[in-house]
This record gives sequence, structure tokens and C-alpha cells, in this order.
Amino acid sequence: MQMEGQQLIPAPQIKVWEALNDPEILRQSIPGCETVEKSSDTEFRASLTAKFGPVKAKFKGHVTLSDLDPPNGYTLTGEGKGGAAGFGKGEAKVSLKEQAGQTLLSYSVNAKVGGKLAQIGSRLVDAAAKKMADDFFKAFSKNVTSSDQNTPLQEPPLDMTDAADLNTVIPREPSKNWLLYIGGASLLIILAVYAFN
Amino acid sequence: MTTETGIGASVRRKEDKRFIIGKGRYLDDINKQGQTYGYFIRSPHAHAKINGFDATEALNAPGVVAVLTGPDMEADGIGPIICGWAITSKDGSPHKAPAHPALAIGHVRYVGHQVALVVAETLQEAKNAAELVDVDYEELPHVVEVGDALAEGAPQIHADVPGNLSFDWELGDRAAAEQAISTAHHVTRMDLRNNRVIPNAMEPRAALSEYDMGTDEITLYTTSQNPHVHRLVLSAFNGVAPEHKLRVIAPDVGGGFGSKIFIYSEETVCAWATKKLNRPIKWTAERSEAFLSDAHGRDHETHAEMAFDAQGKILGFKVSTKANVGCYLSTFASAVPTYLYGTLLNGQYTMPAIYVEVQAGFTNTAPVDAYRGAGRPEATYVVERMIEIGAREMGIDPGEIRKRNFIPPDAYPYETPVIMTYDSGNYALAMDKAQAAIDYKGFEARKAESAQRGKLRGIGYSAFIEACGIAPSAAVGSLGAGVGLWESAQVRFNPTGSVTVFTGSHSHGQGHETTFAQIISDQLGVPIDQVEISHGDTGKVPFGMGTYGSRSLAVGGSAIVKAIDKIVEKSKKIAAHTLEASVEDIEHAHGVFSVAGTDKKMTMAEIAFSAYVPHNYPADVEPGMDETAFYDPLNFTFPAGTHIAEVEIDPETGTTEILDWVAVDDFGNVINPMIVEGQVHGGLAQGIGQALLENCVYDKESGQLLTGSYMDYCMPRADDLPTFRVETINTPCTTNPLGVKGCGEAGAISAPAALMNAITNALGKEIDMPATPEKVWRAAQGL
Repeated sequence: MQMEGQQLIPAPQIKVWEALNDPEILRQSIPGCETVEKSSDTEFRASLTAKFGPVKAKFKGHVTLSDLDPPNGYTLTGEGKGGAAGFGKGEAKVSLKEQAGQTLLSYSVNAKVGGKLAQIGSRLVDAAAKKMADDFFKAFSKNVTSSDQNTPLQEPPLDMTDAADLNTVIPREPSKNWLLYIGGASLLIILAVYAFN
Repeated sequence: MTTETGIGASVRRKEDKRFIIGKGRYLDDINKQGQTYGYFIRSPHAHAKINGFDATEALNAPGVVAVLTGPDMEADGIGPIICGWAITSKDGSPHKAPAHPALAIGHVRYVGHQVALVVAETLQEAKNAAELVDVDYEELPHVVEVGDALAEGAPQIHADVPGNLSFDWELGDRAAAEQAISTAHHVTRMDLRNNRVIPNAMEPRAALSEYDMGTDEITLYTTSQNPHVHRLVLSAFNGVAPEHKLRVIAPDVGGGFGSKIFIYSEETVCAWATKKLNRPIKWTAERSEAFLSDAHGRDHETHAEMAFDAQGKILGFKVSTKANVGCYLSTFASAVPTYLYGTLLNGQYTMPAIYVEVQAGFTNTAPVDAYRGAGRPEATYVVERMIEIGAREMGIDPGEIRKRNFIPPDAYPYETPVIMTYDSGNYALAMDKAQAAIDYKGFEARKAESAQRGKLRGIGYSAFIEACGIAPSAAVGSLGAGVGLWESAQVRFNPTGSVTVFTGSHSHGQGHETTFAQIISDQLGVPIDQVEISHGDTGKVPFGMGTYGSRSLAVGGSAIVKAIDKIVEKSKKIAAHTLEASVEDIEHAHGVFSVAGTDKKMTMAEIAFSAYVPHNYPADVEPGMDETAFYDPLNFTFPAGTHIAEVEIDPETGTTEILDWVAVDDFGNVINPMIVEGQVHGGLAQGIGQALLENCVYDKESGQLLTGSYMDYCMPRADDLPTFRVETINTPCTTNPLGVKGCGEAGAISAPAALMNAITNALGKEIDMPATPEKVWRAAQGL
């Protein structure tokens, strides 16, 4: 699948960059995230539980960074394994831009999924990924701005079932315009964010 | 004799009561003391090398009994999954059937490929542990479509199969067909695609294996259409256990459509592992596993050329087909696109010259094998689309062109150029009846009325023929079959006059318990509720070849008739002794044995009783009334008929409504008209499903199965189907004692061609299956 998006975060670019470097803020902002570990300057490992419609699995992933341009952006490639649920892998480009005292985060993801995620979840993954991304940014924005005031961090929801419901029109045949690689972007978004560490 | 339950009566199905009240015993209803649960780890990749396998964490997880792999099976000497039919290529070389271990060794070759079995105390524990197994895959290039797989430079799927070509087979006279084409008045040329379908039986595949250490016997319950064949193959080829120490039971099975003929990895693994672990193991496929790993059907890419003279008489027919067989050759995968396909390309017509060549290619997809009709729907589609398109191109009425080409009723036995000998038929009669039933003459007026409403109306024929009752053992043996295709029956009278019939046929929805009981009731005068049909258990039935190819009645029913003949012969001796007459003077009709010209008689029940209580009994006759017969047919049977479909298309939405469907089928003699009609309805639903809705799609770029659930794979529902109008004509088969031909597959064989001919007639444009609204809309809009 391919996914692009932008999110305006009500904080200066340098603060967003720093927050993105705070593993605890990230862990608490990412839906279902359990661990974030840095294995080298350009490599990260993470685990999270995600649910795409009927497919729920614990994913373990690793991400490699390239084209690093702090605090403006970079490219990352990553891969996550969800055991029997399948796998997701792909590439994401992320950039930050100052905009009137706030920060515009832009991302574009090109990902593919395999196994049960592709088989059953394919129609759900797009919507679930978008919902996951939305939830992340909502929680992240709150956590970035509230970290000043020492208020408790906002935990994002885990269950993606609602997202699946957004897409319940059941077509009578698969669309011919199947994007060759469906789904999985959520994982990439999350992995993308890890990479700011 | 009670004609209400005899041959020709629409007796309500005896088996339906237990299904309706929820007392059917399907595989998942069966449980064993101390049973464990199996869960298969499957490849998420279309093609990959396995560089590492680590189950350490899983083995320490709660409830886990074992994690078993392909190398474990190999170490125990368990042989690979086999293909049971050897095909010879044009150049004389045998087909290539690469080793197919039941669990992957070193490589995975399709999404869903079985990699390991996790066995645990509960299903949830098995699934949880499966998450902890780390398989290190190295992805390899893949190919999912047969045309691509056979093209130059395609990824190599098996090291020992160059170019992914399993075989390059031919049948017929190439020179004669090409000569006819080069000199004909008109040649119709078309590329046709027979879309890939997924079987979708109501009950998914399942297995429950149990080992008895005391007797050293393995019992395997499995969803099989042919439990004895399962036992034979699992014993002789896989080496799971000696045949006398392996019992295979296929209880109530919820639909097969061919997909449960085959010996699959999962039941092979369960049968082996139960002894290894000394625990019962249960595995029931989830629907998503069924989509991935049940053998799929069809998937042909064909180029055909049909040559006509100026009157529309067929002069020659040449067909080149590429058949996708998936990543391994399944049990009968090689026979389906060859001897079950090429041999039917003669259709109902006189064709002087036919040539067919088939290239079977491996791809990174699930194995493809027999699916309701198995080769014959593919053949019918090619023949009936080609003659219809030929008629359009030449401006001849499609009914008329068929009539000009029909084999006449006095030409039997009729030898075709593609090695079949049709025994009987009356094709024009079926067409006349179908045309009358649908009011063919009134079609133009109906079309005009539709046009006034902005709708496109179309009508389409399918004059199909099939070869059923597979088949004489000597014939199939000469064509490469690894088994004989006879059937067995044991007719056992109990002392009180009730009867148990043990049949090698297997019922998984066909209604054998009723149809077979009707034969007993008719011939031996036993009330139908006193007849029990027992099937599906190798521990009870002597042997059997099972149910597929619409063979149960023609072959299994004929075996019952042969056993009945033995019962009658013996009963005559007992009656002669008891009634003090000579055997030659005993006459038998419907279970009453009488002395000719007198009122002295005995009933079958009295004779059966005396056979078990032989107080006054002939000294030279064995006590008991229990006879077994094996029947090997003399020929295939050749059901045929004409189906006409009438549709209306909304050019604004692309939706196709089937307005009317007339099916006139020649099934020979009919035992139970209601069951026959039900079988025709079911077949039609599947054929219409293929033509209108169903389509299996693998993503070319990722190799993933995109149509892996009911969200993406569209099955026909009641409101997609019209009210079918089904009639039969009854030209008796001349080669079996019941004169029956088989009806189980007819609808699925005939329907796709009829429906696509109707839709393309309405559109005035050729499109491929499935005729989805999007495709139809594009064609209607001229896009």
C-alpha cells in the first residue's frame, strides 16, 4: 500500500524532534507499543500488539535509517514479523518543517504485507493503518505539549476494530486497482517514528 | 413391491433428518479422551528458502506437546505426498512431479505452505506457541500465473523441473486438424480464460488421529471422499502404517466438490504424529486455511481454433491450453487437464479432426486439482463458447448450428477422434425440449421489450457432454492411472429381514442413503426404512474407490445390483429347497420367490431368516445371507443435455440478472428424480458462481492470495440465482445394469458456457469469466 499524510503538531520543530527522541513519549504514543530498543545509531527494535479486524498479533520489528538530516527528516526501511499473522515491510520518508511556530510532519509510506494480514486483513489494513496513524499523532501531540506541564501521558487506544468498520462495504469482487502492496503502513508509521530516536 | 420407495420415486432423503435436527456427525463433532490440538505454521511468502527454524521458545510455552517439522517426518521415513496419475509428454518423457514433503523441507513454494505442526493441550495454546516459532525465510522470486511461469526467464520453482513445465501432452491428430483449419470456409479463433476457483465446502477439511498402543493401530478420522484411497496411499506411499493397522473413517462430510478426494499434508502429518506422540491429535481447518490450502480448481489459458464449412459444419478443432497446476502435483492434478479434458473436446458433435495440446506449469500457488466436473467444465466451456462464437461470426442461429453438427441418435456407439466411445444419447431431443421450454421463438420479442426499458437481453446455449462413472480400470490404467476405478458393495441381510449395505462410495451430500436404499427396496422388496447404508469406514466396508466424477450410482450402484444378483441366486436355492421345487422353476420379482404356475411362494424376509436359522435348509448352500460384489464398469457413461440461459443486463450498472434457466439433461434412468433435481441445482449454482462471481486472485507482484476470505471471494447466494427449470430425458446407458449416467456435476459443467454465451449475446462483445458488474459495465459502455 501507499500512504501519505501530514500532521501539524503544536510545538516548535526542535521540540518535536526532541520528543521524537524520547523513547518513553514514543512508547506511550504508539498504539499497542510494548518496547522500543536502540540497537545502534541507525538501527532500532520494537514490539507492539496490533489488531486489524480479525487478525491480532504481536509484531516484532526492526528499522534501519538512512538519508539522516536532523532535525529535518530521513528515510527508513523496516520490517515487522507477526508470527502466524504474517509480516509487513517497506519504506517511509519523513520530514519536519517549521510552520508559524508549529511543526508540520509529512510522511509517505510504501509498504507491503504478507500472510494472514494480506489474506484476511487486506481490506482492513488501510483503514486500520490510517486510524493507527491518527491515534498516534493525537496522542503524540498531546504528549509533546503536555510534557511541559508534567501531566500524565495520554495512552492511545489499542483496538483497531472500529477502524475496520469504516470499510464495511463488501465488494462483490476484488478491485482491479489493487495496490500491489496492501496494508502494513501502520507498522511503518510506527517504525518511522521510532527512528527519530 | 412398494412403488413409493422404489426406482423412479422421489423419496425424501433419509439422511436429512439428522442434518436438520443437528445430529449429523461431522468431523469436528468427534472428540477423543486426552486429545491434543494441532495448529499448522504456514508460509507467509510465495517462495522462500528456509534458512533457520527455532522452536525453543514455543516448546517451553504452556501446554505445548511438540513442534514437528518436515525433517522430523523425513527422519521417520515418511514419504512425500504423491500424484496418482502418470502423464506422458509428447516427447515420451514422464511428467515431472517434484517431491512434495507433507511439511516443507528447505523451501516454501506458496503462501499457506505447511511448515510445521504445533501440538498442544488446547487449540489456543497451540496457536499461541505458533507465534513463538521463529522461521528465518529468505525470499525468492515467485510467479503465480501459468503463462508467466512457462515463459522464458521465469523464476525457477523446483530445481529439477526446467522451465516449470510438468508435462507437454497432446491428443488427437494435429496434421488433420491443421489441414481442416487451413482449407476451411470459416475459422473461429479465440483466447479463452477459465478462471481459477476455490472449492468452499461447507465443512472445512479436518483430521483427528488416534493411536492405540495395545493393538498398534492408527485410526484417522478425516474429511475424505474416498477413505480407502486415503488408507492405501498413506500406507503404501507415505508409510504411515501398514494397511491392516490403519483405519480411515470419513463420517458425515459437509461437501467435497472434488476438494476432499486428495491426500493432503495435514491429515498425513496428523496420522504420523499421533503414533509418535502417543496422543490423539485434532486439526480442523479455519476458513482462511481452507482458502489457502484446499486444492483449487480450473485455471486454464486456452487458444482455440474451430474450422467450419459454409453450412456451419465443424471440420476441425485445435486447442492449445496452458494449465496451472500450482506448486506441486496433487493426487489427480495431472489427469484433470488431460484425460478428463482433452477427451471431451468432441462435445456432442461430429468432428472429423481434433487436436489438443496441454502444457502444465508449476506456479507459486496452492495445488490445483479436480473441482466439480474436473476437466469437463473446461472442455465444455471451450467447445460451447467456440461453436456459439462461430455461429455469431457466420450469422447462423446458435441452436441451428448445433443441430447441424449433432451426432445423430442412430450413430451409437460413436467413436470420437479423442478416444471416447459414446454409448447412447439423443442430443436433438434435449435441445428441442429446452427450446420449447424457454420459448426460444419468442426471444426476439422479449429482447425488444427489454430494449424499450433500456436493458440488454441475451440468450445462450450450452449443449454439454461429460464422461462420468470414471471408468473401466483397464482403460484408465492404460492412460496412466495408478489405481483401478471399480467399486464394491456388500449386501447383508440381518436375520429379521432388515438390510445393511456396505458401499465403497462415499456420501458427502449426494443422498446415497436414500438412492441406494431405493435400489434395495425396489429389487428385494424390503421396506426402505429397513435398509441402512453404511459407508466411509475402512473398518466396515471391504474396499472402495470413493465418490467423484459422478460415479457413485453408475459404478457403486451397479456393484449393489451385482451383490443383489448374488442374493437372489442364493435365495432361489433356499426357496426351491423349502418349497420343494427345482431352482429353474423359481421366479423372483421384488423380493417374492414363487414356484412358476403355483401359488407357492416365500418372501425375501422368510428366506433371510431361514438362512440364519437353517433348520430346514439345503445341505449344499452355506448359511447366512451376506453377499459382496465388485463391479468394474465397461465404459464411462455420457450424460449430456442442453441448457439455455436468458439474462438481462443493466448497461448503467453492469449487473446481470438471470431471468430464466432451462436445463434438459439426459441422465439415463433416474432412481430418485427429486435428488437428481437437487444435484442439478447445486451444480448450476457452482457453475453460475464461477461465471458470474467467483475468482481466485493471487497478486502478481507479492504472490499473496488476495481473495482469501469471503470479503474478497464472492460465493453465489440465493438471490443471485433464478428459479431453475429442470427436466430430464432418459436414454438408458447401455453399459451398466441400472442404465444410469450420473448427475452430480452436470450443472457445474454446463452452466458457465450457457451463462457466458447469454451475457456476450446481450453485450454483443466477448468477455472472460467472471462477468462481474465492473467488467460487464465496461463492455456495455464500450470501454
